[in-house]
Amino acid sequence: MLSFEPFTPERAVEIVSVHADQEGPLLPVLHALQHAFGHIPDDAVRIVAGALNLSRAEVHGLVTFYRDFRTEPGAARTIKLCRAEACQARGGDAIAVMAEEKLGLAMGETSKDGQVALEEVFCLGLCASGPSAMLGDRLIGRLDEQRLDALIEEARA
Amino acid sequence: MSLKLYVPGDAAAVAVGADEVAGALAIEAAKRGLSLQIVRNGSRGVFELETLVEVETPEGRIGYGPVYADEVPAMVEAGLFEGKPHPRRVGRPEELPFLKRQTRLTFARCGIIDPQSLEDYRAHGGYAGLERALSLGPAGIVEEITRSGLRGRGGAGFPTGVKWKTTADATGDRKYLVCNADEGDSGTFADRMIMEGDPFLLIEGMTIAGVAVGATKGYIYVRSEYPHAIAAMGRAIETARRAGLLGQGVAGSSYAFDLEVRVGAGAYVCGEETALLDSLEGKRGQVRAKPPLPAHEGLFGRPTVINNVLSFAAAPFILAEGAEAYRDYGVGRSRGTMPIQLAGNIRNGGLFETAFGVTLGELVDDIGGGTLSGRLVRAVQVGGPLGAYFPRALFDTPFDYEAFAARDGLIGHGGVVVFDDTVDMMKQARFALEFCAIESCGKCTPCRIGAVRGVETVDKLSAGREPARQIEILRDLCETMKFGSLCALGGFTPYPVMSALTHFPEDFAVAERLAEPA
Repeated sequence: MLSFEPFTPERAVEIVSVHADQEGPLLPVLHALQHAFGHIPDDAVRIVAGALNLSRAEVHGLVTFYRDFRTEPGAARTIKLCRAEACQARGGDAIAVMAEEKLGLAMGETSKDGQVALEEVFCLGLCASGPSAMLGDRLIGRLDEQRLDALIEEARA
Repeated sequence: MSLKLYVPGDAAAVAVGADEVAGALAIEAAKRGLSLQIVRNGSRGVFELETLVEVETPEGRIGYGPVYADEVPAMVEAGLFEGKPHPRRVGRPEELPFLKRQTRLTFARCGIIDPQSLEDYRAHGGYAGLERALSLGPAGIVEEITRSGLRGRGGAGFPTGVKWKTTADATGDRKYLVCNADEGDSGTFADRMIMEGDPFLLIEGMTIAGVAVGATKGYIYVRSEYPHAIAAMGRAIETARRAGLLGQGVAGSSYAFDLEVRVGAGAYVCGEETALLDSLEGKRGQVRAKPPLPAHEGLFGRPTVINNVLSFAAAPFILAEGAEAYRDYGVGRSRGTMPIQLAGNIRNGGLFETAFGVTLGELVDDIGGGTLSGRLVRAVQVGGPLGAYFPRALFDTPFDYEAFAARDGLIGHGGVVVFDDTVDMMKQARFALEFCAIESCGKCTPCRIGAVRGVETVDKLSAGREPARQIEILRDLCETMKFGSLCALGGFTPYPVMSALTHFPEDFAVAERLAEPA
């Protein structure tokens, strides 16, 4: 289970200040905020814009451009299934359908209890060991039904 | 008795249980009261053997693979610690045909050494390149790289020596190096393997480039999907800094050079060099119009060398062994070796570094052993999501920048993705357009709108609505995207689409498909 600290403006200011002196600090700052809070709330965008002398629109534009950043809290656990060509060639389409059925979720959806989300990802660099997936920072290759079941069980635990 | 085992820490091994295997081996050693050293080496790149466990014996390193954690107790019982026979015993890994046939210059150490040990790196010839580079000086280094014939391994194939010279000659109050490690192409993993399996090689290569062009700071931009590579590079950079190989007075010289890892945020387009520069600067990863070239006005408006991981990683060999030693490999204008990545539905998938000139057929049928599914190979996509699909009829194409271009394809970053005869090429064409629509940075119209219209057109086609007209529209869209887009995302998406249409027209014959009973 990923655990995040609750958002407070003081903590956000502190995180921003750690990275503010870097060259091109915006991406490292946003990564750090998301790492701490699990998402980047509007109040954090305001703080970042103020600290780095940017407009809120610029920061918002960045947060929404990159797939990794989210503005709302996410599921406790996210299964990312690789949907790129090399995994397609190794039976990834069937695994994706199976995952959707077993979880009762379509790609991009989160379970009602907020526990599990299913997302697609394009390439994890395991292209001769697919179909592959990621749960948190953990990689799983050679997915078949049995390994998928274990993965889903782990995500729901 | 002291026991030394190698269990890869490469993500492709970890993804199939290498950490659990290492844990199980440690338990078995403890049970027997053996003092055990486990080296988490990189992967040798023979992925169907992962987790490949190697044990050091008087006869050399003996490999067993694939090993799964639940089988470890029985395998140890059968004599794995002594290198004894077992159905999974593969003998000395370097004697495996897949490895023996390779020419490993860039990957010479990957899978062999402890990637986080600077001593191990040096003991296997590491930092000999930088040593000679420092004795040659900046102009001499650029000259050496130019004569080697090295071309950009990210895909564009631009002569690396020319790029370095342009940056070296440019004036600026400071200069930068940027390493493009945003390896987003499906079917590629060579950058990841180097960063995880031989990170000091990339550090040495970038240090050589830094000295050559007068850059004092380098950024390695790694995609966030590569957490293992990010961690491995960060640790190695710290080690190099402590050893005086980065920072002020690199390796006792008068040059200053330092490195920093930056993490992407899930945008494929940031693999395009100018979008990557914008991303590093803290902007949306949008493509810049060229000129100005990054060599003149790159990161933060300063002269910048931006190269792929494999381009920088080729430099230490070239400097240590000399330009000729590298240039003597290869064909035509494609000199040296290419780390080719065999992926998808292939029996022997993995990293195959070889001199340019090997044919696609040799790679797929002979070295790759055909499909994993055992069915016929029908299509091969070379060069990532923006690369063309080649049919068997083009299997005589040699792996060479110009030869692939002459057949409306590209070698890109060297990824080869194999599909068997169950593939639906109209679906693959649609996927290429959908991928472009999702990943487009939105800056130029042909890419932003063209990809969306392309998906709609293929959908109309598969529904059987005026098929001839849809195909005409699709060709026209591809033409517009190819010549009207700012960068390779929009500009090359037509390659997979048009190659599917040209080489596999039967999959687009909708009338026949719809007439078939379901």
